[in-house]
Amino acid sequence: MLNVIWPIFIIISYMYAIINGNVEKINNAVFEYTEMAVNLTITLLGTMCLWNGLVEIASNTKLISIINKILNPIVNFLFTNSKNNKKIHKEISMNLIANLLGLGNAATPLGLKAMKSMQEQNENKERLTDDMATLIILNTASIQIIPTTVIGIRMSLGSLQPTKIIFAVWFSTICAAIVGIVVTKMCIKLKL
Amino acid sequence: MRMINYISIIAVPATIFLILLYGLIEKKAVFDIFIKGANDGVKMVIKIFPTLVGLFLAIGALSSSGVLDFIINLIKPILICTKIPPEIMPLAILRPISGSGSIAVATDIMKKYGVDSLIGLMVATIMGSTETTLYTIAVYTSSVNIKKTRFVLFAALAADITGMIASVVIWRILSKSFS
Repeated sequence: MLNVIWPIFIIISYMYAIINGNVEKINNAVFEYTEMAVNLTITLLGTMCLWNGLVEIASNTKLISIINKILNPIVNFLFTNSKNNKKIHKEISMNLIANLLGLGNAATPLGLKAMKSMQEQNENKERLTDDMATLIILNTASIQIIPTTVIGIRMSLGSLQPTKIIFAVWFSTICAAIVGIVVTKMCIKLKL
Repeated sequence: MRMINYISIIAVPATIFLILLYGLIEKKAVFDIFIKGANDGVKMVIKIFPTLVGLFLAIGALSSSGVLDFIINLIKPILICTKIPPEIMPLAILRPISGSGSIAVATDIMKKYGVDSLIGLMVATIMGSTETTLYTIAVYTSSVNIKKTRFVLFAALAADITGMIASVVIWRILSKSFS
Protein backbone atom coordinates (compact mmCIF):
# COMPACT_ATOMS: atom_id res chain seq x y z
CA MET A 1 0.00 0.00 0.00
CA LEU A 2 2.82 2.40 0.90
CA ASN A 3 4.31 1.83 -2.56
CA VAL A 4 1.48 3.91 -3.97
CA ILE A 5 0.57 6.29 -1.13
CA TRP A 6 4.12 7.34 -0.30
CA PRO A 7 5.11 8.73 -3.74
CA ILE A 8 1.64 10.24 -4.22
CA PHE A 9 1.90 12.15 -0.92
CA ILE A 10 5.23 13.62 -1.93
CA ILE A 11 4.16 14.47 -5.49
CA ILE A 12 0.93 16.13 -4.32
CA SER A 13 2.91 18.14 -1.76
CA TYR A 14 5.32 19.41 -4.43
CA MET A 15 2.48 20.28 -6.79
CA TYR A 16 0.61 22.13 -4.02
CA ALA A 17 3.81 23.95 -3.06
CA ILE A 18 4.49 25.00 -6.66
CA ILE A 19 0.95 26.35 -7.09
CA ASN A 20 1.17 28.28 -3.84
CA GLY A 21 4.73 29.41 -4.45
CA ASN A 22 6.45 27.95 -1.42
CA VAL A 23 8.80 25.47 -3.07
CA GLU A 24 11.68 26.77 -1.00
CA LYS A 25 9.91 25.85 2.20
CA ILE A 26 9.38 22.26 1.09
CA ASN A 27 12.98 22.01 -0.09
CA ASN A 28 14.26 22.94 3.34
CA ALA A 29 11.73 20.66 5.00
CA VAL A 30 12.98 17.58 3.16
CA PHE A 31 16.37 17.88 4.82
CA GLU A 32 15.03 19.11 8.12
CA TYR A 33 12.71 16.11 8.45
CA THR A 34 15.30 13.49 7.55
CA GLU A 35 17.46 15.04 10.25
CA MET A 36 14.52 14.78 12.65
CA ALA A 37 14.32 11.06 11.86
CA VAL A 38 18.02 10.71 12.69
CA ASN A 39 17.69 12.60 15.98
CA LEU A 40 14.68 10.56 17.00
CA THR A 41 16.47 7.31 16.19
CA ILE A 42 19.50 8.29 18.25
CA THR A 43 17.31 9.10 21.26
CA LEU A 44 15.30 5.92 20.76
CA LEU A 45 18.52 3.90 20.65
CA GLY A 46 19.20 5.04 24.19
CA THR A 47 15.73 4.53 25.64
CA MET A 48 15.05 1.24 23.86
CA CYS A 49 18.44 -0.21 24.86
CA LEU A 50 17.88 0.75 28.47
CA TRP A 51 14.34 -0.56 28.58
CA ASN A 52 14.96 -3.81 26.69
CA GLY A 53 17.91 -4.53 28.95
CA LEU A 54 15.86 -3.93 32.09
CA VAL A 55 12.95 -6.03 30.89
CA GLU A 56 15.35 -8.83 29.99
CA ILE A 57 16.45 -8.79 33.66
CA ALA A 58 12.82 -8.76 34.81
CA SER A 59 11.94 -11.74 32.63
CA ASN A 60 14.76 -13.72 34.20
CA THR A 61 13.46 -13.19 37.75
CA LYS A 62 10.35 -14.17 39.71
CA LEU A 63 8.81 -10.77 38.91
CA ILE A 64 7.21 -12.41 35.90
CA SER A 65 5.42 -15.04 37.97
CA ILE A 66 4.23 -12.33 40.39
CA ILE A 67 2.69 -10.32 37.53
CA ASN A 68 1.28 -13.58 36.21
CA LYS A 69 -0.49 -14.22 39.54
CA ILE A 70 -1.98 -10.73 39.53
CA LEU A 71 -3.19 -11.17 35.95
CA ASN A 72 -4.65 -14.63 36.46
CA PRO A 73 -8.13 -13.63 37.69
CA ILE A 74 -8.39 -11.12 34.83
CA VAL A 75 -7.40 -13.75 32.26
CA ASN A 76 -9.94 -16.18 33.76
CA PHE A 77 -12.67 -13.57 33.55
CA LEU A 78 -11.88 -12.51 29.99
CA PHE A 79 -11.13 -15.84 28.35
CA THR A 80 -14.08 -18.07 29.12
CA ASN A 81 -13.80 -20.67 26.30
CA SER A 82 -10.37 -21.94 27.22
CA LYS A 83 -10.98 -21.94 30.97
CA ASN A 84 -9.49 -25.36 31.62
CA ASN A 85 -6.66 -25.15 29.15
CA LYS A 86 -3.57 -24.23 31.20
CA LYS A 87 -1.30 -24.04 28.17
CA ILE A 88 -3.43 -21.46 26.38
CA HIS A 89 -3.81 -19.45 29.57
CA LYS A 90 -0.08 -19.33 30.08
CA GLU A 91 0.53 -18.18 26.50
CA ILE A 92 -2.09 -15.47 26.86
CA SER A 93 -0.56 -14.29 30.15
CA MET A 94 2.93 -14.11 28.65
CA ASN A 95 1.57 -12.06 25.75
CA LEU A 96 -0.17 -9.65 28.15
CA ILE A 97 2.96 -9.33 30.31
CA ALA A 98 5.10 -8.50 27.27
CA ASN A 99 2.52 -5.85 26.35
CA LEU A 100 2.51 -4.40 29.88
CA LEU A 101 6.29 -4.11 29.83
CA GLY A 102 6.12 -2.33 26.48
CA LEU A 103 7.80 -5.06 24.46
CA GLY A 104 5.72 -4.92 21.29
CA ASN A 105 8.21 -7.04 19.38
CA ALA A 106 8.22 -9.80 21.96
CA ALA A 107 4.46 -9.61 22.53
CA THR A 108 3.51 -10.42 18.93
CA PRO A 109 5.21 -13.85 18.64
CA LEU A 110 3.79 -14.80 22.07
CA GLY A 111 0.32 -13.68 21.03
CA LEU A 112 0.53 -15.60 17.77
CA LYS A 113 1.50 -18.72 19.69
CA ALA A 114 -1.67 -18.35 21.77
CA MET A 115 -3.68 -17.81 18.58
CA LYS A 116 -2.27 -21.04 17.14
CA SER A 117 -3.18 -23.03 20.25
CA MET A 118 -6.69 -21.58 20.24
CA GLN A 119 -7.09 -22.35 16.54
CA GLU A 120 -6.38 -26.03 17.30
CA GLN A 121 -9.45 -26.03 19.59
CA ASN A 122 -11.52 -24.03 17.12
CA GLU A 123 -14.36 -25.92 15.47
CA ASN A 124 -14.85 -23.50 12.59
CA LYS A 125 -11.33 -22.84 11.27
CA GLU A 126 -12.42 -19.84 9.19
CA ARG A 127 -14.03 -17.91 12.03
CA LEU A 128 -12.52 -16.27 15.13
CA THR A 129 -13.57 -17.75 18.48
CA ASP A 130 -14.72 -15.41 21.27
CA ASP A 131 -11.40 -15.81 23.05
CA MET A 132 -9.38 -15.09 19.93
CA ALA A 133 -11.36 -11.90 19.38
CA THR A 134 -10.74 -10.87 23.00
CA LEU A 135 -7.00 -11.48 22.66
CA ILE A 136 -6.81 -9.34 19.52
CA ILE A 137 -8.75 -6.52 21.19
CA LEU A 138 -6.42 -6.57 24.20
CA ASN A 139 -3.43 -6.40 21.87
CA THR A 140 -4.82 -3.43 19.95
CA ALA A 141 -5.40 -1.57 23.22
CA SER A 142 -1.65 -1.51 23.99
CA ILE A 143 -1.77 -1.37 27.78
CA GLN A 144 1.72 -0.60 29.02
CA ILE A 145 3.30 0.47 32.28
CA ILE A 146 5.97 2.73 30.78
CA PRO A 147 5.25 4.17 27.30
CA THR A 148 8.92 4.07 26.27
CA THR A 149 8.67 5.13 22.64
CA VAL A 150 6.65 8.27 23.35
CA ILE A 151 8.98 9.22 26.18
CA GLY A 152 11.82 8.81 23.67
CA ILE A 153 10.08 11.06 21.14
CA ARG A 154 9.48 13.69 23.83
CA MET A 155 13.14 13.52 24.85
CA SER A 156 14.36 13.96 21.27
CA LEU A 157 12.26 17.13 21.01
CA GLY A 158 13.76 18.57 24.18
CA SER A 159 10.80 18.22 26.56
CA LEU A 160 11.39 19.62 30.04
CA GLN A 161 9.78 16.57 31.64
CA PRO A 162 9.51 13.65 29.17
CA THR A 163 7.74 11.32 31.65
CA LYS A 164 5.00 13.84 32.46
CA ILE A 165 2.50 11.95 30.28
CA ILE A 166 2.65 8.61 32.10
CA PHE A 167 -0.44 9.06 34.27
CA ALA A 168 -2.49 10.40 31.36
CA VAL A 169 -1.40 7.45 29.20
CA TRP A 170 -2.51 5.01 31.92
CA PHE A 171 -5.86 6.75 32.15
CA SER A 172 -6.52 6.76 28.38
CA THR A 173 -5.26 3.28 27.74
CA ILE A 174 -7.45 1.84 30.52
CA CYS A 175 -10.50 3.73 29.20
CA ALA A 176 -9.76 2.36 25.72
CA ALA A 177 -9.27 -1.20 26.98
CA ILE A 178 -12.48 -1.12 29.03
CA VAL A 179 -14.53 0.13 26.08
CA GLY A 180 -12.88 -2.45 23.80
CA ILE A 181 -13.69 -5.28 26.19
CA VAL A 182 -17.25 -4.11 26.89
CA VAL A 183 -17.98 -3.85 23.15
CA THR A 184 -16.42 -7.28 22.62
CA LYS A 185 -18.44 -8.89 25.42
CA MET A 186 -21.62 -7.25 24.11
CA CYS A 187 -20.98 -8.49 20.57
CA ILE A 188 -20.32 -11.98 21.94
CA LYS A 189 -23.63 -11.87 23.88
CA LEU A 190 -25.44 -10.75 20.73
CA LYS A 191 -23.78 -13.66 18.90
CA LEU A 192 -22.28 -11.42 16.21
CA MET B 1 -3.10 17.09 41.03
CA ARG B 2 0.37 17.17 42.56
CA MET B 3 -0.18 13.48 43.25
CA ILE B 4 -0.74 12.72 39.55
CA ASN B 5 2.41 14.58 38.62
CA TYR B 6 4.29 12.66 41.31
CA ILE B 7 3.05 9.29 40.01
CA SER B 8 4.34 10.16 36.53
CA ILE B 9 7.73 11.15 37.91
CA ILE B 10 8.13 8.12 40.16
CA ALA B 11 6.91 5.44 37.68
CA VAL B 12 10.17 4.99 35.78
CA PRO B 13 12.62 5.01 38.71
CA ALA B 14 10.32 2.75 40.76
CA THR B 15 10.15 0.18 37.94
CA ILE B 16 13.92 0.24 37.44
CA PHE B 17 14.52 -0.06 41.18
CA LEU B 18 12.16 -3.03 41.51
CA ILE B 19 13.69 -4.91 38.57
CA LEU B 20 17.27 -4.40 39.73
CA LEU B 21 16.38 -5.32 43.32
CA TYR B 22 14.84 -8.62 42.19
CA GLY B 23 17.82 -9.36 39.98
CA LEU B 24 20.19 -8.82 42.91
CA ILE B 25 18.11 -10.84 45.40
CA GLU B 26 17.93 -13.79 43.03
CA LYS B 27 21.68 -13.46 42.37
CA LYS B 28 21.35 -13.18 38.60
CA ALA B 29 24.18 -11.97 36.34
CA VAL B 30 22.29 -8.68 36.15
CA PHE B 31 24.72 -6.75 33.98
CA ASP B 32 25.26 -9.56 31.45
CA ILE B 33 21.52 -10.04 31.08
CA PHE B 34 21.08 -6.29 30.71
CA ILE B 35 23.61 -6.16 27.86
CA LYS B 36 21.91 -9.04 26.10
CA GLY B 37 18.53 -7.32 26.22
CA ALA B 38 20.00 -3.94 25.26
CA ASN B 39 21.51 -5.58 22.17
CA ASP B 40 18.04 -6.58 20.99
CA GLY B 41 16.93 -2.99 21.56
CA VAL B 42 19.64 -1.69 19.20
CA LYS B 43 18.65 -4.15 16.48
CA MET B 44 14.99 -3.12 16.78
CA VAL B 45 15.69 0.60 16.44
CA ILE B 46 18.16 0.18 13.57
CA LYS B 47 15.59 -1.95 11.77
CA ILE B 48 12.92 0.76 11.78
CA PHE B 49 15.32 3.62 10.89
CA PRO B 50 14.97 3.47 7.06
CA THR B 51 11.18 3.36 7.37
CA LEU B 52 11.25 6.37 9.66
CA VAL B 53 13.38 8.40 7.22
CA GLY B 54 11.02 7.59 4.36
CA LEU B 55 7.88 8.46 6.26
CA PHE B 56 9.34 11.58 7.89
CA LEU B 57 10.15 12.74 4.38
CA ALA B 58 6.54 12.30 3.23
CA ILE B 59 5.05 13.91 6.34
CA GLY B 60 7.57 16.77 6.08
CA ALA B 61 6.51 17.40 2.49
CA LEU B 62 2.79 17.27 3.33
CA SER B 63 3.22 19.49 6.35
CA SER B 64 5.50 22.20 4.91
CA SER B 65 3.71 22.49 1.56
CA GLY B 66 0.47 23.37 3.34
CA VAL B 67 -1.49 20.30 2.18
CA LEU B 68 -1.98 19.18 5.77
CA ASP B 69 -3.34 22.58 6.85
CA PHE B 70 -5.63 22.55 3.84
CA ILE B 71 -7.13 19.19 4.91
CA ILE B 72 -7.42 20.32 8.54
CA ASN B 73 -9.31 23.43 7.43
CA LEU B 74 -11.74 21.27 5.47
CA ILE B 75 -12.74 19.20 8.48
CA LYS B 76 -12.46 22.00 11.05
CA PRO B 77 -16.21 22.79 11.25
CA ILE B 78 -16.99 19.22 12.35
CA LEU B 79 -14.29 19.25 14.98
CA ILE B 80 -15.08 22.57 16.58
CA CYS B 81 -18.38 21.28 17.97
CA THR B 82 -16.71 18.15 19.38
CA LYS B 83 -14.01 20.26 21.12
CA ILE B 84 -11.28 18.07 19.64
CA PRO B 85 -8.36 20.29 18.61
CA PRO B 86 -8.17 20.08 14.77
CA GLU B 87 -4.36 20.04 15.04
CA ILE B 88 -4.38 16.44 16.28
CA MET B 89 -6.60 15.19 13.46
CA PRO B 90 -3.82 13.98 11.11
CA LEU B 91 -2.59 11.72 13.91
CA ALA B 92 -6.07 10.43 14.73
CA ILE B 93 -6.56 9.37 11.11
CA LEU B 94 -3.14 7.78 10.63
CA ARG B 95 -2.72 6.13 14.04
CA PRO B 96 -4.69 2.90 13.39
CA ILE B 97 -3.13 2.44 9.93
CA SER B 98 0.63 2.97 10.22
CA GLY B 99 2.98 2.72 13.20
CA SER B 100 6.02 4.52 11.77
CA GLY B 101 3.76 6.94 9.91
CA SER B 102 2.03 7.97 13.12
CA ILE B 103 5.39 8.43 14.85
CA ALA B 104 6.35 10.84 12.05
CA VAL B 105 3.06 12.76 12.24
CA ALA B 106 3.10 12.90 16.05
CA THR B 107 6.68 14.20 16.05
CA ASP B 108 5.72 16.81 13.46
CA ILE B 109 2.75 18.03 15.52
CA MET B 110 4.73 18.11 18.76
CA LYS B 111 7.51 20.08 17.09
CA LYS B 112 5.10 22.53 15.49
CA TYR B 113 3.02 23.32 18.58
CA GLY B 114 5.62 22.65 21.27
CA VAL B 115 6.35 19.32 22.92
CA ASP B 116 5.18 20.54 26.34
CA SER B 117 2.16 22.48 25.05
CA LEU B 118 -1.36 21.21 25.64
CA ILE B 119 -1.59 19.85 22.08
CA GLY B 120 1.87 18.29 22.37
CA LEU B 121 0.85 16.48 25.56
CA MET B 122 -2.43 15.27 24.03
CA VAL B 123 -0.63 13.93 20.97
CA ALA B 124 1.95 12.12 23.09
CA THR B 125 -0.80 10.57 25.19
CA ILE B 126 -2.66 9.37 22.09
CA MET B 127 0.56 7.77 20.82
CA GLY B 128 1.12 6.03 24.15
CA SER B 129 -2.40 4.74 24.62
CA THR B 130 -3.30 3.39 21.16
CA GLU B 131 -1.89 0.81 18.77
CA THR B 132 -1.56 0.26 15.04
CA THR B 133 -4.94 -1.47 15.14
CA LEU B 134 -5.32 -2.55 11.51
CA TYR B 135 -1.84 -4.05 11.42
CA THR B 136 -2.39 -5.95 14.66
CA ILE B 137 -5.69 -7.40 13.46
CA ALA B 138 -4.16 -8.39 10.11
CA VAL B 139 -1.17 -10.13 11.70
CA TYR B 140 -3.20 -12.00 14.30
CA THR B 141 -5.93 -13.25 11.97
CA SER B 142 -3.73 -14.11 9.00
CA SER B 143 -1.31 -16.08 11.20
CA VAL B 144 -4.02 -18.72 11.67
CA ASN B 145 -5.66 -18.26 8.24
CA ILE B 146 -8.90 -16.84 9.58
CA LYS B 147 -11.16 -14.94 7.23
CA LYS B 148 -14.21 -14.22 9.33
CA THR B 149 -13.04 -11.59 11.80
CA ARG B 150 -16.57 -10.87 13.10
CA PHE B 151 -16.81 -7.68 15.17
CA VAL B 152 -13.09 -7.27 15.91
CA LEU B 153 -12.44 -4.24 13.70
CA PHE B 154 -15.48 -2.45 15.10
CA ALA B 155 -14.54 -3.14 18.73
CA ALA B 156 -10.88 -2.19 18.16
CA LEU B 157 -11.78 1.11 16.49
CA ALA B 158 -14.24 1.86 19.30
CA ALA B 159 -11.36 1.36 21.74
CA ASP B 160 -9.05 3.57 19.64
CA ILE B 161 -11.55 6.41 19.47
CA THR B 162 -12.13 6.14 23.22
CA GLY B 163 -8.37 6.32 23.80
CA MET B 164 -8.12 9.45 21.68
CA ILE B 165 -11.06 11.20 23.33
CA ALA B 166 -9.79 10.19 26.79
CA SER B 167 -6.34 11.65 25.95
CA VAL B 168 -7.90 14.98 25.01
CA VAL B 169 -10.27 15.04 28.00
CA ILE B 170 -7.66 14.11 30.62
CA TRP B 171 -5.34 16.93 29.51
CA ARG B 172 -8.19 19.42 29.45
CA ILE B 173 -8.91 18.48 33.08
CA LEU B 174 -5.26 18.34 34.17
CA SER B 175 -4.29 21.62 32.53
CA LYS B 176 -7.27 23.39 34.08
CA SER B 177 -6.40 22.28 37.57
CA PHE B 178 -2.69 22.99 37.12
CA SER B 179 -3.32 26.61 36.22
